[in-house]
Amino acid sequence: MKILVCISQVPDTSTKVVLKDNGSAINSQGTTYIINPYDEWYALVRAIELKESGIANEIHLVTVGKADTEPVIRKALALGGDQAVRIDAESNDPYLTAVYIADFAKGVGYDLILCGKESIDYNNGIVGAMVAELLDMDYIGFAADIQIEKSVAVVNREIEGGEETDTCNLPLVISCQKGVAEARIPNMRGIMAARTRPLNVIAPSPISPVTEILSYELPPAKAGVKLISPENMDELVALLHSEAKVI
Amino acid sequence: MNDIETLKAIKGGEFLIKETSAEHVFIPEEWDEEQLMIAETCDNFLAQHVKPNLTRIDNQEPGLMPHLMDEAGALGLLGISVPELYGGFGKDFKTSMLVAERLGAGNSFSVAFSAHSGIGTLPILYYGNEAQKQKYIPKLASGEWKGAYCLTEPSSGSDANSGKARARLSDDGKYYLITGQKMWITNAGFADVFTVFAKIDNDDNLSAFIVEKDFEGLTLNSEEHKMGIKGSSTRQVFFNDCKVPVENLLSDRQNGFKIAVNILNIGRMKLGGGTVGACKEVITLAVRYANEREQFGRAISKYGAIRHKLAQQAILTYASEAAVYRASQNMEEATEMLVASGMDESKAKLKGIEQFAIEAAIIKVHCSETLDYVVDEGVQIYGGMGYSAEAPMDRAYRDSRINRIFEGTNEINRMLTVDMMLKRALKGELDLMGPAQKVAGELMSIPDFSLTNEESLFSTEKKYLANFKKAILMVAGGAVQKLMAQLGKEQEVLMNLADMLIELYVSESLQLRVEKLVGLRGEESCKEQLDIMRVYINEAAEKIAKSGREALNYFAEGDEKRMMLMGLKRYTKTDDFNSIQARRNIAAKLITENKYCF
Repeated sequence: MKILVCISQVPDTSTKVVLKDNGSAINSQGTTYIINPYDEWYALVRAIELKESGIANEIHLVTVGKADTEPVIRKALALGGDQAVRIDAESNDPYLTAVYIADFAKGVGYDLILCGKESIDYNNGIVGAMVAELLDMDYIGFAADIQIEKSVAVVNREIEGGEETDTCNLPLVISCQKGVAEARIPNMRGIMAARTRPLNVIAPSPISPVTEILSYELPPAKAGVKLISPENMDELVALLHSEAKVI
Repeated sequence: MNDIETLKAIKGGEFLIKETSAEHVFIPEEWDEEQLMIAETCDNFLAQHVKPNLTRIDNQEPGLMPHLMDEAGALGLLGISVPELYGGFGKDFKTSMLVAERLGAGNSFSVAFSAHSGIGTLPILYYGNEAQKQKYIPKLASGEWKGAYCLTEPSSGSDANSGKARARLSDDGKYYLITGQKMWITNAGFADVFTVFAKIDNDDNLSAFIVEKDFEGLTLNSEEHKMGIKGSSTRQVFFNDCKVPVENLLSDRQNGFKIAVNILNIGRMKLGGGTVGACKEVITLAVRYANEREQFGRAISKYGAIRHKLAQQAILTYASEAAVYRASQNMEEATEMLVASGMDESKAKLKGIEQFAIEAAIIKVHCSETLDYVVDEGVQIYGGMGYSAEAPMDRAYRDSRINRIFEGTNEINRMLTVDMMLKRALKGELDLMGPAQKVAGELMSIPDFSLTNEESLFSTEKKYLANFKKAILMVAGGAVQKLMAQLGKEQEVLMNLADMLIELYVSESLQLRVEKLVGLRGEESCKEQLDIMRVYINEAAEKIAKSGREALNYFAEGDEKRMMLMGLKRYTKTDDFNSIQARRNIAAKLITENKYCF
């Protein structure tokens, strides 16, 4: 069984996001980048587990990005990917990203495509579903547990107010979230092997994005917290009414 | 100093008489992708396995520390510099230093880690015969077995060769029977293999033995109650006719002291790296707290008194780090040259380390004292919370203190710094006399008032550094002449000279680091680093002046004293410099980034 894991590079969660002067883009200088946690901790690690348990025999990684995303891809290779493809393009448009990935995956014949439920920078959460549609594969979103038995996937996912268990034949695209696997740390063996694992660069399909980001703005600074003593219920009520305007 | 040569493969101690070019130093800003990945693995390991368990670790929860060592072993972190042939990863010294640095932020865990991978593993790796290496190293590199090192005894600490432990051959000639008592043995509680030092019969010098925990006659005392690093296992180990097979004699008979000294040289350097890692962690905590804690309506990071502390913490840390990696690179190059000349790799590594023993001692002292400063001000920045056992500064403060004591006290290391320097000069390995005489001659001549010959970004600091060298050569030369054989006993003077050498080495390392960095990134993106360099070197000038004055006032007299004091003034003179503004700039960067960021 061949698994494709979609990897996205995102700013480190502790990075202070700085915008370029006119809000036209995020200033990447001084920003540390990481593998999107949903892609890494859940999708990739689950793929590795499936390989370790003998269910899968090959893990391929794909990312859409320029050369500066390679450290992140090699980290994913260090964790346990067998080979990686970088589609040489910059994309903030989920449709564009999905088409690039689908065009690459089309001829390969993956049994399972795993991705994170969303990337933590743009949080669109739709690339996985789009890839499935473009490849005419089935799709299960927001998986919290993935079991594979022969050519059938049993997927547990959270739904409003409960859980549901889906059974679906492979091939399949699944977006992953917490619960699918536990975070792992790349070990020395993997880190050293990452250098020798293939990382191929391919040109993107010649298509245009369907969305465009006009400008960025930072969220307004959080207002301070007012602490009211438990004895002063009247003041609290007054403030909730006059300042917070919630009652 | 026209006579100063620029060399790539600078020899140990030569920093006092030669100039190093910035392009030949290694700076931490040059880590490659793989090394950064290894560093990240260390960070992640601490974040996931160590940090959430610090209290459990300090309570010495049974099995926890060995379990953490197993986890680190599974990640490959215990065998970084062990050759692949013995189950390790064969990485260079700098990379193993990087691991020591990153894991240095792990409090007691970092002590267990460094004892295991340093003094617990290296004696066998570097001095063991093939059979010994095959038997022990793969298990130590994987963490399956844990290592410890038994040198210190109740009555022999700094004076290590005076130990009372004795070994004698058994009647059948198959065993050495070791009897003695070893103290302050890190990892003793869970170690499987001990490198034990004892004298065979009435030998003058120590021999070293590989002792397994199950060998008959080895017993452990209970855990020591310590001020800090409470999670690290520290016990006495008793040997009562402990039966050690003769094939477990490590290296040659009476070679133990040499092993002990050389392994300590590596330990000292690694301790430097580890404390730098701890410094960065503490600074990050301090900056975050200062940004969050409000008093008089503003975050305390807005106040100059706090900014001064934050900046000073970062300045000392950045400078320490520069020295650690400069020396690591030098050691590696020395080793490579020896290997290229046909020497066996283990031997070459030891020679390389021995070559830089002076730098190792300097680094040990400077870095441990930097961490003590950093944690002390860390507590201060936290204010009342700094004194609370609920906040992290309490542990950091207590854990730091041991670094000035183990791996040779800072006093021993200071004396060694000067002692080794002078011994090398006597042996003709280091030409101190020529340059010292030149300085003496210069004292008689008309001073050169042009502070800088050429104007470049670093010309001022380079001139200062050349002058620091002259100041040291003058004071040291004077001390040798006046005190002669007596100098070794004048410990206060040795301390003064050591302090001067330390300041010179760290200042120069820092200057070279920043110069190389500016070359890589451009002046505009290195403003804070330039400030760090300037503040540090300006302060170093004052420290060198103070130490020099103290020494001169003790041993020199009359006209000669006056002349040398004037020379010292000239050689430690600096231009006006606005250090308050520079520190503010450095602090501003830390505060904006909300972490240690240099």
